Order: sequence, then C-alpha cells, then structure tokens
Amino acid sequence: MSGVPSNERRRPDRAALVIAPVLFAIAAVIWWDAGRLAEMSNYSRIGPATVPHVVAIGLALLAVWTAFEAWRGDFPEREPIEVKPVVFIVAGLAGQMLLLKTAGFSIATGVLFALTAFGFGRRKLWISLPIGIAFSFVVYIIFGRFLQLSLPAGPLEHLFF
Amino acid sequence: MGTFEFLLQGVTIAAQPMNLLYALIGVTLGTAVGVLPGIGPALTVALLLPVTYKLDPAGSLIMFAGIYYGGMYGGSTTSILLNTPGESASVVTALEGNKMARAGRGGPALATAAIGSFVAGLIATLCLAFIAPFVVKFALSFGPREYFALMVLAFVTVSAAFGDSTLRGLTALFVGLSLAVIGIDQQTGQARLSFGIPDLLDGIEVTTLAVAMFAIGETLYVACQGDRIPDKVEAVKGSIWMSAQDWARSWKPWLRGTFIGFPIGAMPAGGADIASFLSYSTEKQFSSHKEEFGKGAIEGVAGPEAANNASAAGTLVPLLSLGLPTTATAAIMLAGFQQYGLQPGPLLFATNPQLVWGLIASLLIANFMLLVLNLPLIGLWVKLLTIPKPWLYAGILLFATLGTIGANPSVFELGMLLVFGLLGFAMRIFGYPIAPVVVGLILGPMAEQQLRRALAISQGDVSALFLSPIAAVLFVLAILAVVVPLILRARGKGEVLSQFAANED
Repeated sequence: MSGVPSNERRRPDRAALVIAPVLFAIAAVIWWDAGRLAEMSNYSRIGPATVPHVVAIGLALLAVWTAFEAWRGDFPEREPIEVKPVVFIVAGLAGQMLLLKTAGFSIATGVLFALTAFGFGRRKLWISLPIGIAFSFVVYIIFGRFLQLSLPAGPLEHLFF
Repeated sequence: MGTFEFLLQGVTIAAQPMNLLYALIGVTLGTAVGVLPGIGPALTVALLLPVTYKLDPAGSLIMFAGIYYGGMYGGSTTSILLNTPGESASVVTALEGNKMARAGRGGPALATAAIGSFVAGLIATLCLAFIAPFVVKFALSFGPREYFALMVLAFVTVSAAFGDSTLRGLTALFVGLSLAVIGIDQQTGQARLSFGIPDLLDGIEVTTLAVAMFAIGETLYVACQGDRIPDKVEAVKGSIWMSAQDWARSWKPWLRGTFIGFPIGAMPAGGADIASFLSYSTEKQFSSHKEEFGKGAIEGVAGPEAANNASAAGTLVPLLSLGLPTTATAAIMLAGFQQYGLQPGPLLFATNPQLVWGLIASLLIANFMLLVLNLPLIGLWVKLLTIPKPWLYAGILLFATLGTIGANPSVFELGMLLVFGLLGFAMRIFGYPIAPVVVGLILGPMAEQQLRRALAISQGDVSALFLSPIAAVLFVLAILAVVVPLILRARGKGEVLSQFAANED
C-alpha cells in the first residue's frame, strides 16, 4: 500500500497492478468454495452455488479490467502517505482486541484511545493513557450500566461494580 | 383509511411522551455526532445503532430517524464553519458557506441552512407520507423477478452510474457481494465461504462493515496524510439572524432545492450529493447575483442544503415501501429494522401501520426539534468543532469499537473490524467508493433470494426474468446506467459525473 507518486501519466501503476491478482484470488476462492457446494445441490440448475459463481465470474472480469487500467496508468494519482501514524492506530486497535477479555473494556479501550492520539501527534502517553481509561470508564458506566450493553468487565470495572 | 387518517394516527403515536423523549435524544445525538468533522450521516447512524439495541422497536426507530435527520443538519454546520472537502454531500455547502463564514456572515449561512433544511424536511416528509402508499400499491403487483430487476438497478446506480470510475464502482460493489455470500445459505442451510469458522456462519454484520470502513478507514486515511490540511474553524461573528434580503434570496432556492432533492432521493438514483450538486448548478443559473458565486452567495447554501435534506427524506420512499436501500445510510437503517426482525416493504404497511406511520410522523416532529436545537444552540455545536484532532479521532475510534463490542463482545468481531478498516483505508487510497460495498452486503442476499425464487417459478428458465414488462424496463435502465456513463467518460466528459461521486449518503 505504499503510494508511489507518479508525475508522468500513462505509466504502469505498480501498486494498483497488485489489486488485479488479489481480485482474481478472491474470485478463485469463491469459485472453489461454490464447487464444493455444487456436489450437494439438487436436480434444478439453480442452487446455493449459482450466485457465488456469478460473483466469481464478475470479480475475475473486473480483475482483468483493473490490470488493464493499472497498466495504462488510469488510476488517480495518490498523495504520499505517512506510514507511522497508521501503524500506531492499528497497534491501538490490535491492543484493544487482545486486552479486551483480560483487562476489561475501560483499560483496553484506554489503550486504543492513547495510541490513536499518539498517532495523531499527542506523544505524552502518561497523560493520554489515564485520560483514555477514565473516559472509557465513563462510557462503560453510561452504556454498560444504563443502556445495558454487554461490555466486558475487567479488574477496574470489578473494583466498582 | 386515507393517508390523512394514518398520518394523524401516526402523530398521536409519535407524540406520546416517551416517544417524544426518544426523538429528542435521537436528534441531539445525531446533531452532536453529525457536527464532528469526518463523520457523515451514514457513519452517524452506524455508530449510534447499538444505542438503540435495548429499546422497543417503535421507540428505537423513532430515535433512529431523529439521528438520521440530526446527522444531516449537523453536517451542514461542519461544512460552513470548517472547510472540509472530501465529505460528499456537504462539499457544495462548503463551497459558498465557508466563504460566507470567512466574510463574517457565518450566522446567516447557518441560519439559511437550518431553515432550508427544515422547510425541505417538512415538505419532503409530507411528500413521503403521500407517495409511499401509492408505491406500496404498485409494489403489491411485483413478483420476485421485478424485485430482482429493481435491485439490479439499485446496484448499478449506486456503484457505476456516478463517481469517477465505472471500474472502481463495480469492483467495490462486487467486494460487497462477495462478503454477502459468506454465511449460511438462506434456502438450503449450507455454509458458504465460512472455512469452518463458526463466527462466520451468521455472515458479516452490516454495522460492523459500515463502522469499520467509514470510521476506521477514514481515521487511518486522515492520519496517513499527516498535518497537510490545516483545520481552521471560522468563528460565528455578528448576528445569526438573516436580514430581509437574505430571506428574499433564500426562499426560492429552498423550494427549488426541495423539488430537486426529493425525486432524486426517491428514485434509486443515488444520494444526497447528487441532489445538492444539481441544486447548486440550478441556483447558479437562476441567481440574479451570479457574480457572488464562488465568493459566498447565500443561494449556494440555501438550495443545496434544502436539496440535501429533501433527498434524505426521499430515500425513505424506496426504503419503507419497497425495502430497497439506495444509499449507504439507508442500508444501515435497513439493518436497524432487521435487528427487530422487521422487513420494510409493502407488507410492513399492512402488518404494522402504527409503526410505519409513527415513524413518518416522528420525522415531522424531529424536524421541528432540530430547528429549535440548531438555531439558538448553534454556539454549543460550534464548540464541538474545536476539539483537537488527536482527541477527536481517539474518541471516534472509541465509539466505533464500542458499537461492535456492545453488539458482540468477541475478539473475532473486533478482528473483522480491524481487517475491514484496513480494507476501507486501502480502498480510499486507490480512489474506490465505499458506499457500494455496504449496499452490496445488505442487498446481495435479498437479490439472491428474489433471483432464486424467480428462477424456481420459471423452473430454471433464465429468459423468463426478462419477460415481464416492468422487469424488462428496469433491466434496460440498469444497462443504460452502466453504458451511458462509460461512453461519457470515454469522451472526456467524466468530470461532471465525478462531481456526483456518491460516497456516503
């Protein structure tokens, strides 16, 4: 996903060229999975495999078309991308996902909050992490207690409820 | 009973104290979230869907409608005071509105947007009430093949007809359709594309996909651009009231915008952005102050904002009467209905008239609340715009994940949220539209069901699909909607279409 800014038009767009085989691979997976179903389908020609087959054919055709447009450099020009902030935010989301069951909603979401703010330039984690956890805890009280959403509780939540 | 009696009955339901409270909470939340930059109506509705999980269907749908309308109002505030290009439906409002704000006329700009939205919302909701029953009557004669044809048309208009590339629109649609295949087949009970993972048997949740693609995709996209775009919130100086001249210049654009916006929303022809662009160019032609356009002409705010809201009400016509979502926002609203086991469509008008008419009446009430909420309290909403970016996006992600955790607190679901977020991010980078993915996911299974019913009736004969006159006309329209834009783009007239890029609403 590294954006290669191309100043000259009509040159093969390499990053976009990668999209075509990805689409083709998805089409192949859908086709293969539908083939597995077809064995079980009944006398009529229409079964659970019909639509997946159509979707797979459509994706394969679009893959060819994408390869063609990418080769001609028809994709819109992309601006340069900063990877670092993206990595921090993805780390925050992954952190929340892994911590959720053990640490509970407030702490896990606080981590997400702090790392997202970090990605956007607030580097002082010793400030943003407590803010994030406190804010998430308030959200937990409102949504988990009053609106009765089932948010996973951890040590912090058990301390109060 | 005629429409009037039904509507009156609806008003009595909507005016019950609890329902009024739900509507008030809905419009307040909708405005608050809609004001935040980078959040359009589709995401507002997706984010707030879980808030309504534990309410009864009527109350929650009323709150939902309030959120929808509130999100539309809130978006205009953002585009006037904070020049945020990239947000589809409000790009036009930003053109003139932000110029007005810079010239110290932010108050009248906000006022004409709010009053215009009110006028348009009122007229369009009444149109909805009177037109929907006719569509329902017409739809009763529809069989599976007509429904299938209608859905194909909706697929095509959402993905290929507008936007800057037929290829990328169709690709986005097929990504959505591929995701729609995942899960247990409705008719034979066989698992498709689930790879033995039990979490996938229920299919992909529309709200998970929408929140991931809109909220996480957008956050990552904004983050990757660094500090390139400086945000400047224009302060509202002077009076927020419109002068006599402002009124004189606004009322015609409001009405014109309404009558441009409503039909566009009501036909499966794309969303609010198209309506607002059309209204903008109309106002530019009709205006006696042409020289002001581009420098802050009030007509350029009044018309598009009215068109914007009228088309939002318009999209409820196919949604309520046919069960057909034609925009990303409508797709998420459909998911909201489905969480209560309600399927919008002709039958819902027959089996559950109190609910449908209560909903329509509550839209009228929500509209009044929004006018009150937006004009005197505007200062409060403006404060929301001054939240620094790091806290804002941290908060957006908090609420984005909150919805998913509340619906299904599993690591797997959060993993999907992350994967689809990255997908949405990649699609944004390469210029793919997001709305077709969401619409494909929710409409895909419905289209498949109709197709298989139609083919079961014809005993597998595909040509029977085209033999009904209504279906044949719809298929021809669908083909035209793909082919005509392709020709236009090939001839270098694509700019007009790319302006109409239907992204979020």
